[in-house]
Amino acid sequence: MSVTDAFTRPGAAKDEVPYSERGPASIESVAGFGFWLFLLSDVVMFSALFAAYAVLANHTAGGPDGARLFDKGYVLLETACLLFSSFTCGLCALAIEKRSAAATYLWAAVTFALGAAFIGLEISEFVRMIGEGASPTRSAFLSAFFTLVGTHGLHVSLGLVWLVAMMAQVATLGFLPIVVRRLLCFTLFWHALDIVWIGVFTIVYLGAHA
Amino acid sequence: MNDPVPGTPSSQGVAQGRAPGVNRSHRGSVLTYLTGLGFAIVLTLASFWAADTSLVWRPGIPVLLAALAIGQMGVHVVFFFHISSGPDDTNNFLALAFGIFVVGLVVFGSMLIMANLDVHTMPLDKLMQMQR
Repeated sequence: MSVTDAFTRPGAAKDEVPYSERGPASIESVAGFGFWLFLLSDVVMFSALFAAYAVLANHTAGGPDGARLFDKGYVLLETACLLFSSFTCGLCALAIEKRSAAATYLWAAVTFALGAAFIGLEISEFVRMIGEGASPTRSAFLSAFFTLVGTHGLHVSLGLVWLVAMMAQVATLGFLPIVVRRLLCFTLFWHALDIVWIGVFTIVYLGAHA
Repeated sequence: MNDPVPGTPSSQGVAQGRAPGVNRSHRGSVLTYLTGLGFAIVLTLASFWAADTSLVWRPGIPVLLAALAIGQMGVHVVFFFHISSGPDDTNNFLALAFGIFVVGLVVFGSMLIMANLDVHTMPLDKLMQMQR
């Protein structure tokens, strides 16, 4: 057994170059990994907002509580919009891999429409709640609710702006390596927002009913 | 397998590690996303059903909801992010594990500390009486 064999991972082919001799990682791997770290730090930020909500959820100061304010069917509709937009975003990623501009535009448009529908539903929910007197200033519970759900909504809105910008880049620059890298980062961002939303609908909306 | 074209996602992972979100095999990728979507739909509907079911012992419902949510997050990580515990994914997986660790510290640490203060801090009116 040679020294090289000892550093090759188990199950690798005999002629495979060991990790120590492969040189620096490709820029795609580095960019993807860097963005992955950003997403994880974003999730850590959300965890602080979740912690604040969990601590303040019962501090309604005599105002309306979650069980009275939240409509489960409405939240299911919001969840469906975001989940299906995550799926179409994945199909968009496959279209990008195949360098198919038409399919990319199609799935990006569907993703945008579903994301915009989610934001529209969320804004009308906020407007209805504030109309009923459940504004962020009413109680600590509502302050925490609007901060957590509003921050997620802001992320989705910025994602929609990013998506439009990326489609403009595909239209003008084509599938340059840098454009493809940015598109990959966008799809990761969009999937991460869906993961945060799982926490939101479980803890905020379903937790209020349970 | 075709020869990877430089700069395309299929050439990634040849050097060190693999970018998250990039498919390992390019065959059946639509199937991967469809599988993920199917699992996610089932788990979401199960969560909404579990929130006010009478079939489960009531105090156990939050635990059931947490289990379903963690399961669905796992489905998203595997089928949408394509993160695995394989050797190409060591960096991504370690970063994810550290992220989960910090999230757990922040959430459960905050809840523990605040609950502890809630129990042990004297109400303000009693404190004022003692100072008098």
